[in-house]
Amino acid sequence: MAAHSSPIAGDNTAGLIDLTAAVEERFGSEISRAPVGGGFVLTLALSQPDVLPALCKFLFWEHGCLFGGITTEEHAARWQMHYTFLLLGSGWIDLELSLPLETIVLPSIVAEVHAADWHEREIEDLFGIHFENHPRLGDFVLHDQIWHEGIDPMRKNFSASHPQLERKVDLDWQPLLVVGDPGSFAMPVGPIYEGGVGESLHFLLETVGEDVIRAAPRLFYNYRAVEKIAEGRTVGDALLLSERFAATSAFAHSLAFCLAAERIAAVDVPPRAAALRVLLAELERLRHHAGAIAAICESTALAVPASQAAIIEENLLRASCVFADHRYLFGLNTPGGLNRDFGSEQCNTLLVAVDEAESDLRILEKRLRLSSSFLDRLEDVGVVTGENARDLNLVGPIGRASAQHCDLRKACSYSGYGQLPFDVPCETEGDGYARLRVLFAEATQSAKLIHRVAGRLEEGLVRVSCELHRAGAALGWAEAPRGAALHWLRVDKTGVVERYRAITPSFNNWLGFHVAAENFAFQDFPIILATFGLSATECDR
Amino acid sequence: MSFWFWHGLRKGIQSTRYPGRAENTPGISPGRPMNTDFSSAEEARLAAEICPSDAIVAHGKSTYVDHGKCVNCQLCLHSLPSPMNWEPGFEWTRLPANRTESFPLPSAFAKSTHIMVVDAGDCGACLHEVKQLNNPLYNMHRLGFFLTATPRTADLLLVVGPVSENMRGPLLKTWEAMPTSRKVMAVGSCAISGGVFGRSFMCACGVGSVLPVDFEVPGDPPPPLAILHGLLVVAGRKSLKSLEPVSEGRS
Repeated sequence: MAAHSSPIAGDNTAGLIDLTAAVEERFGSEISRAPVGGGFVLTLALSQPDVLPALCKFLFWEHGCLFGGITTEEHAARWQMHYTFLLLGSGWIDLELSLPLETIVLPSIVAEVHAADWHEREIEDLFGIHFENHPRLGDFVLHDQIWHEGIDPMRKNFSASHPQLERKVDLDWQPLLVVGDPGSFAMPVGPIYEGGVGESLHFLLETVGEDVIRAAPRLFYNYRAVEKIAEGRTVGDALLLSERFAATSAFAHSLAFCLAAERIAAVDVPPRAAALRVLLAELERLRHHAGAIAAICESTALAVPASQAAIIEENLLRASCVFADHRYLFGLNTPGGLNRDFGSEQCNTLLVAVDEAESDLRILEKRLRLSSSFLDRLEDVGVVTGENARDLNLVGPIGRASAQHCDLRKACSYSGYGQLPFDVPCETEGDGYARLRVLFAEATQSAKLIHRVAGRLEEGLVRVSCELHRAGAALGWAEAPRGAALHWLRVDKTGVVERYRAITPSFNNWLGFHVAAENFAFQDFPIILATFGLSATECDR
Repeated sequence: MSFWFWHGLRKGIQSTRYPGRAENTPGISPGRPMNTDFSSAEEARLAAEICPSDAIVAHGKSTYVDHGKCVNCQLCLHSLPSPMNWEPGFEWTRLPANRTESFPLPSAFAKSTHIMVVDAGDCGACLHEVKQLNNPLYNMHRLGFFLTATPRTADLLLVVGPVSENMRGPLLKTWEAMPTSRKVMAVGSCAISGGVFGRSFMCACGVGSVLPVDFEVPGDPPPPLAILHGLLVVAGRKSLKSLEPVSEGRS
């Protein structure tokens, strides 16, 4: 295939073009049309699915791409599958596959890319597409003891608005157990647990008495079918959903959603809006990390630092409310910029609160490093090796504690992060303590970024008109506090959502939880859970 | 390790004085829109139109807000030429629409109320605000509110989230396992009306369609003190007359 002139915008896209050339050289006959690209995303159309496993392996293992996820779209007469990969520092490769609707069997890529495991299970459960050679399908999003087989809610002919009356409750349903030794048993935990305030999810702790051999999470108790009910809504209404399905990282998710909408409309937000978005996103990260640190202290029953971190978090919630009128930063992002502007006095008030939180966190970290009994509980607990993290494509602070350097703010810049100086803290041990150190270090970086941005705010508009008058689809991405968030949006020419897909960091990372939770003592379970700091509702959507 | 003891003491008492004294530290509550009289019917119509969750109804020049539907998107505050009036505060606990009265717990429970929290499809915000009640700034223990992990010892079922289909069963089982006289409190707009999720094959449009709800705390999410006010109402230590000003020394 002839070399194409650079179809993608951006400074660092050379890598992406080189990679495309390498793919064409090896798999050229399988690519049905010339690559098209725009704004850091390059689409390769494949002619048939058989090449997928080899091609995904080529991208993931030979070229070190990260796995973004799989997005399925149902059009009038065909499926459109998107296998998304990220080339660090360059941009996204979107392997596009168009298939007739009758095709309901696809080759599984799980043997090559383990991180695709849950994506394929979800698609099988919600679309009814079968993946050949996948080790375990079924009972994922739709829990088998209450849902019939054969219900495919994400299909277009399935109406989301009608309550599903034909539920069953199968009292004989049994979960899959792996440990079969004599004397072993499974201890169920959840879905309502954690001594009071915990998200709904279920664990099956398989144990032989003192030690837990395996802990498998069962998720999707909070599944609200956000992707399904977004279909048919206007972009403005779907934005409310993207903001409210995982409120502890509401700003990052609504930002990724807005970036996707802005890509479709080919709108660039004004520099002031981009800078303020960075400020707000970092404020959310700082607050989230303070909360995560409080949860880790609490899991080790160290009451004073847990309380002090909780005070820092609550003070940041209050500062957010004073600054932006909402404790969780709802109602700020809008396609085209921000809903309102902030004055310099407001920024200064915020900076005082941020400084206070940052210095309090630093003091807290110093004292925690001197608390030997606390460190004993974290060190060598819940270890995820670098190989495992790479294998399972772990993102966010968890990945970075296991030597995975991916941070979308640097790996594929958005909203002006590329021009800002900041570090991405990394650790290599992959244990609970490494994850705690990453949280502290990232909080410091966030505070620095907030200062930097607030100090150099350009004057100007914070919003431009973003009319969605043409049909289109685009990918938006943001580094949420828990890791990479990808939002895929397709709208028709009236601005109504046809397909919305949110790939969240918690969905990604829950897949890797079982690696950290292997062969441990019962009392370490809350600690492993807290150092992972994952959200069930962000995973479930 | 003993240094933690001193560091804890040195911080001093951080807890709010509410409900003994009024609390108005900035940032404790995002506030909410209130019924507004505009100067023209057109302005009222615009306010009703901009509301994505149909919480605002225009009637002539006036608008009325159903706070159980309000998702706090703040469009009616920041995106209108003439915005809705905004009320600060947090004492928002109310009765469900289908009730004319609810009784608090028997007085024996007033100073020691055990709460069972169930996340029935919550986005994390309401749950997080409930969690904040345990931090030193709110410290609900000082008022005799305790979280419990088992429904057998719970007096109050606090539900957040619109009731997802996969949580309907666990929620009902929890309620059935509670001893009478139990109370149910729906916290947050999703738990009251389904919020942005609405009615669908996966969402039950609020707790009221699954369980008898005694009290509601509107807000998306309601701030911690709004939930605390709800708890005080359930315990019979605050009255529901939300129109009266925050009274001092009544608890």
